[in-house]
Amino acid sequence: MALVEIRDVHKTFGKVEVLKGVSLDVEEGEIVTIIGRSGSGKSTLLRCINALESVDSGEIRVEGQKVHARMPDLKKFRQRVGIVFQAFNLFPHLKVERNITLAPLLTGRIEKAKARALAADVLTRVGLADKIDAWPEQLSGGQQQRVAIARCLAMAPHLMLFDEVTSALDPELVGEVLKVMEAMAKQGMTMILVTHEMGFARNVANRIVFMHQGRVWEQGPPAKLFANPETPELASFIASAK
Amino acid sequence: MNFLPLWRYQNQLIDGAIVTLELTVISALAGLVIGIAGAVALKGRITPLRWLVRGYIELFRNTPSLIQIFIVFFVLPNFGLKLPAFEAAAVALSLYFGAYSVEIIRAGLDSIPRSQVEAGQCLGLSGWQVFRHIILPPALRNAYPAVTSQFVLLLLGTSLASQVAADELFHVAGFIESRTYRSFEVYAVICAVYFAMAMSFKALFAVIGLAAFRWPRRR
Repeated sequence: MALVEIRDVHKTFGKVEVLKGVSLDVEEGEIVTIIGRSGSGKSTLLRCINALESVDSGEIRVEGQKVHARMPDLKKFRQRVGIVFQAFNLFPHLKVERNITLAPLLTGRIEKAKARALAADVLTRVGLADKIDAWPEQLSGGQQQRVAIARCLAMAPHLMLFDEVTSALDPELVGEVLKVMEAMAKQGMTMILVTHEMGFARNVANRIVFMHQGRVWEQGPPAKLFANPETPELASFIASAK
Repeated sequence: MNFLPLWRYQNQLIDGAIVTLELTVISALAGLVIGIAGAVALKGRITPLRWLVRGYIELFRNTPSLIQIFIVFFVLPNFGLKLPAFEAAAVALSLYFGAYSVEIIRAGLDSIPRSQVEAGQCLGLSGWQVFRHIILPPALRNAYPAVTSQFVLLLLGTSLASQVAADELFHVAGFIESRTYRSFEVYAVICAVYFAMAMSFKALFAVIGLAAFRWPRRR
């Protein structure tokens, strides 16, 4: 059984059908990168996996559990599925330590006495141990995004979703975030990424999924997909991304 | 101009100022609770409750405060609720301050981006935890300047309670004037007292604001 099973998912916003029958499996430990043009439904698919959006029809299962916005143990489910956003979404009124420990403490995952040690541990993993007492506003964009990743890691998720996490960063800050994600990939974390970083997708992902017009248009190993795209849409997308 | 005849009334003036402060602080605290509860209701899903809060806001923001005090003091006894002057003024001013606070705090809550809520939800927090720990602190910071301005207006507005003979500063001033016939001196003194209290509160709120909202503002 795949960790994530997506079957014929449809999603409409108003009159616009964003997802038109998406099906996809993600195995445990796999790193799947979703690429595609703006408006192709990549981010919506991620939001549906985390139940931030409900699907209109079809089904998403994570660890065998059917996902929808009114599932009874939604809060527990979300503790197992971390999501990192394009805009970091750190809490500006909380220092880095509290940003990281707020959810583990409030959900009873850890005791208060162990909170700082947990924050220090996950910050070390993203290379920001010295920023534990900083305010988010005192950090660069890249550092904020790494703290956002650390905040997710503190919940020990089984699956991580990354929604264009480098898109809002200055080019010189992109590398530090990708490095952290690469390290997570090497540790065996199951990851689904939406990204425009083609180099990263090529080097780190086990599988590339190309979405076009709300559908999975083409998928396969990065080497094959980038070298021999089967559809003119993917060929054109790769050419335009170069 | 002669202020000396007022000297013997200094204790009454001090007592009046204390009553004014008590009336202001009690009404502001109660009004703030109404404000937060009303703002949450306005953003909630219960439509009749939203209508009720909206009606309350419009009623209290579009009628004179003096009439609101009169209704609580003179009209409610007809329905079995008889309150002394101070309590009646406190109830009316709380409702008045609450009506403005609801809108101010609602605007503060609206200023928090939806993405902050989603970030909290995605960490597995409950609706209440997201509200208490993620939305409310920055929302209160954004609302704080308007709430403190409204507080100073409330302080000055407590003088209306003199019309139901609550023993606050303005009522005491009327009493002293009737005894001394020193209108200019009496009202100059209480004007200075109101001014001093208002400026002191502004300074106090600035210090509280710095202590309570220590995180840096977005660049």
